Amino acid sequence: MNEYTTTRHNELVDPSLHIWGWEIPVYLFIGGLVAGMMIITGYFIFKGRYKDKACVCRVLPLLGMIILSAGMFTLFLDLEHKLYTWRLYLTFKVASPMSWGAWILIVVYPTMIASFLINVPEYFSKKFLWMDKISEKLQQHKYAVKNIGVVNMLLGGLLGIYTGVLLSALGARPLWNSSMLWLLFLVSGLSAASAFVHMVAKRVDERELLAKADNGFLILEIFVIALFIIGMVTSTKVHIDSALVLLSGIYAPAFWVFVLALGIVIPLIIQLLAVNHKIKHTPVAPIMVIVGGLVLRFVIVYAGQYTHWVDAGF
Amino acid sequence: MARFGMVIDTKKCVGCMDCVVACKTENDVPEAFNRDWIVQDVRGKNPDLHMEIRTERCNHCDNPPCVYCCPTGASHVHDLGGIVLVTHDLCIGCKACLASCPYDTRFIHPEGYADKCTFCVHRVEKGLDPACVSVCPTHCMYFGDLDDPNSQVSKLLTSRKNHSLIPEAGTKPQILYLV
Repeated sequence: MNEYTTTRHNELVDPSLHIWGWEIPVYLFIGGLVAGMMIITGYFIFKGRYKDKACVCRVLPLLGMIILSAGMFTLFLDLEHKLYTWRLYLTFKVASPMSWGAWILIVVYPTMIASFLINVPEYFSKKFLWMDKISEKLQQHKYAVKNIGVVNMLLGGLLGIYTGVLLSALGARPLWNSSMLWLLFLVSGLSAASAFVHMVAKRVDERELLAKADNGFLILEIFVIALFIIGMVTSTKVHIDSALVLLSGIYAPAFWVFVLALGIVIPLIIQLLAVNHKIKHTPVAPIMVIVGGLVLRFVIVYAGQYTHWVDAGF
Repeated sequence: MARFGMVIDTKKCVGCMDCVVACKTENDVPEAFNRDWIVQDVRGKNPDLHMEIRTERCNHCDNPPCVYCCPTGASHVHDLGGIVLVTHDLCIGCKACLASCPYDTRFIHPEGYADKCTFCVHRVEKGLDPACVSVCPTHCMYFGDLDDPNSQVSKLLTSRKNHSLIPEAGTKPQILYLV
């Protein structure tokens, strides 16, 4: 028997009952999604596809900036001392993933603006002639454009990785304390981004390419999740208990049904049939992948907060 | 340099909560929040039961994850005896420190910043004991320099069996419980 009585059964006092609400999982999802979008944009720019007027890489930077701004707004909503947010930018703390993230977000915007200016969509180039002039000048420097593509991929990778490291650096929550989390969030971000870009792309060959890429990312994600779970169940008691929260505990229905079945396996089957021309491409599978990615962040963030070191037998 | 820590004799602690009240009064801790609290830990099988009553608070760890994860430097280690503190007007309320603490000792003050035990640094600077230690009616709490082999806390630790909380988390807590 182990009876544990404390004078602090109060969710205001006991932060293990509530630290982060919906804002953080939404932000982490958006961070991963935009990271994936930047990697895809960077790849298309590097490959010289930006010259094509119908290439999706012309609109992705703008969409990325809008979506990322929405994510940063949810992050801002989560802060409890909002008027002091600027304090983030007076220092750089090398051991703090949150400090890394704050500075990564600062360099991500100029990169997306630069990618946007490589070949500005007609809607903007007609209204703002100066944008068109910048595009013309940029396109004369082929290597500069290629480098913008490379920087996009690098920063996209960093952004996606940091969203996972942010949690895995917090050793007090055993479920997060896995070195697989950065890879899981990066691959999930790439998969969600491929699904999203698949829906907004106009060119059929780009859609095909992204559907195929998404299938690859989804298969990879299954392996990463498996390794994440194996790492947990072969570790200490608290880590085994944490894994059980996902496998058979209160987050098991969300994990098995929404993350694995509806978020990965079923859309993977649909997309495999689509790329083999058995069925038509529809937005059904991409939407399932995107929602699955969002639920994955919710499950990991919430289940992680549910797990802790105190031997309470959760 | 001094390394402040606390030694708590669980054989003497009766769980009266005087330390909790003293802390709330001394530090003006808002209603519904605590910087310290009492735990009754009962283990064993009836009739062979063992009960330990403990007063718990921030462990002012030597390897403090809350300080490492802080993005602004608000959570820091004070020069005076390695006390872990939060600078209120540097804190953005991101709650990373709450998530990083295996002991769940931190909370968000209604004014928005992360708050926790300070070892009553304002008293310690004047050479006084923390409020909780000074009021304990059973004298079960001891505060002092763990690095000084002649201090009362060091002598107690060498003469009595003791344990810290969740040592496997690797945070090197500076509060030790005599058993």
